Amino acid sequence: MTVPLIELRGITRQYGSGEALVRALDGVDLRIDRGEFVAIMGPSGSGKSTAMNIIGCLDRPSAGNYLFNGVEVATLDQDQRALLRRHYLGFVFQGFNLLPRTTALENVELPLIYKGQPKAERAARARQALARVGLTGREDHTPSQLSGGQQQRVAIARALAGEPMVMLADEPTGNLDTRRSVEIMELLQQLNRDAGLTIVMVTHEEDMAAYASRLVVFTDGKVVRDEPTRARGA
Amino acid sequence: MLLETIRLALTAITRNVLRSFLTVLGIVIGVAAVIAMVTVGQGSSEQVSANVESLGTNVLILRPGTRMMGPGARNTAPAFRLTDVQALEDLESLSAVAPVVSTSETAVYGNTNRTTTVTGTTSAYLETGGWQIARGRAFTPTEDRSGANVCIIGETVRTALFGATDPTGEKIRIKAISCEVIGLLTAKGAGSFGQDQDDMVLMPVRTVQRRLLGTQDVSSMSMQVAPGRSSDRAISDIQTLMRDRRHIAPGEEDNFSVNDMKELASMLNSVNSVLTGLLSSVAAVSLLVGGIGIMNIMLVSVTERTREIGIRLSVGAQASQVLMQFLVEAVVLSVLGGIVGILAGLGLAFVAAQIMAIPFSPSPGVVALAFGFSAVVGMVFGYFPARAAARLDPIEALRHQ
Repeated sequence: MTVPLIELRGITRQYGSGEALVRALDGVDLRIDRGEFVAIMGPSGSGKSTAMNIIGCLDRPSAGNYLFNGVEVATLDQDQRALLRRHYLGFVFQGFNLLPRTTALENVELPLIYKGQPKAERAARARQALARVGLTGREDHTPSQLSGGQQQRVAIARALAGEPMVMLADEPTGNLDTRRSVEIMELLQQLNRDAGLTIVMVTHEEDMAAYASRLVVFTDGKVVRDEPTRARGA
Repeated sequence: MLLETIRLALTAITRNVLRSFLTVLGIVIGVAAVIAMVTVGQGSSEQVSANVESLGTNVLILRPGTRMMGPGARNTAPAFRLTDVQALEDLESLSAVAPVVSTSETAVYGNTNRTTTVTGTTSAYLETGGWQIARGRAFTPTEDRSGANVCIIGETVRTALFGATDPTGEKIRIKAISCEVIGLLTAKGAGSFGQDQDDMVLMPVRTVQRRLLGTQDVSSMSMQVAPGRSSDRAISDIQTLMRDRRHIAPGEEDNFSVNDMKELASMLNSVNSVLTGLLSSVAAVSLLVGGIGIMNIMLVSVTERTREIGIRLSVGAQASQVLMQFLVEAVVLSVLGGIVGILAGLGLAFVAAQIMAIPFSPSPGVVALAFGFSAVVGMVFGYFPARAAARLDPIEALRHQ
């Protein structure tokens, strides 16, 4: 049996204490293998974002084990988690989160700077990543000169540039209209299928979740459904 | 990576040039003020030293009245006479004694005139004052004694009356006397107090006494200590002689004073350095204020760029790298301010040196110190905002609007 890429075992995350105790995650078990495209859904407050933050090593669980590629990472300190994000994870956010007044190329180079790559190599990789998301020719545009869909592509390119083991997308189409959303989902699907990129995506739209190969539904901090989807366009 | 961080800091700084400039204005003003103060102070010290050299070494000044450092209790004591000068000339510890009687008169040549100081003295004055004859000649011993109608003029008077032409042999009129210009003094420039030393006409002492002032008084004497004799010894010789000549009973105070010009110069220098130190420390306070200005703007910047910090943390920046980024930004900012301040300070000092006619003498040590100090200010005042940035929680930071 191969080691799963992501394995959550009895993950609990609680905030506050006493009366005000909030249990955002309550004993979550989840296994994600390499090459999967997982959509996480659930009503707001169901714990899906908290789960995403823990998977993305932005947050630490209160209890439970998180094995990333077979290695326990739940107990890593802040700096070690930063290294994990730097080398193995790529993020795509609902609000794009690009640096303003900074060109697309420089935005995509950002994770590579922290990887310590020299300038020339960085630029080359960033160009490649931008080409993969279909933005060749837009390297020198700043976010304000790009449409929402294009900005999200830059963000995807930024996540790709670091050659991560998994891409974490938090409502990547939340700020886009339907046409752009479909384009972005098709792009993610293509990256998953052609490059074998593992993708974990939080969404609240059934239509978007349908692009994934597997659907995980959270309610009240627990996984209540976990099933393959009938992948759209597959 | 540091180079990368510095480049990043420069990008952030140039993104809003006006704000960056206003941020560092305090540092600019502080550094400029310190540099200007110290440079001008240094220049005026050099000027004083140069003046002491130009006075000739081991020159003593004898004045009536008690030891005085300023105007005040001076007029009650009787003036000297030319017989006092002769008596002093006999002292072995002195090699030259020049009487001085001064008055302010208007010198006229053709239709130009110049109000200047007319000093009655002897050719010994050239020695004690360290003057050189640029053209013509000094007074002859006969002229010294007789009170001839001759004069030696300073460069400023020459320029005012004759322009660039040779003044020797020409006749200028001072009050009712017409006197022949026999010599021109080599220019000395401004004195310790900024006065123009070349704005002067020298005449034989008797001429000034009789024809201009109608008196036999000698208001002061300047004396050259003989080679190989100590000035302390010379001073005590003069005191003994003058107490005897002026009939001062033992135990009574002197009614004259002997000052060593070197002593005066060293006192001027110490006053100078105290002033420079005082003004510099006041200026240094503005460096502190400038540092607080940087801290303020950096804190604002951290708040404004919370999202950027979140993005950086999400792509794998460590807290220490975020700290470094903001710290380097603060240091680069204040060092740039320091550089501008150094240039402005040197420029200011240069202009001041021109106006005050003192040497412009920038000190590399002070420039280096100011540079280092501005870097330290950036580090100290940048640390707190940088730590605030590094402590941000990535999830909160990304959610920040």
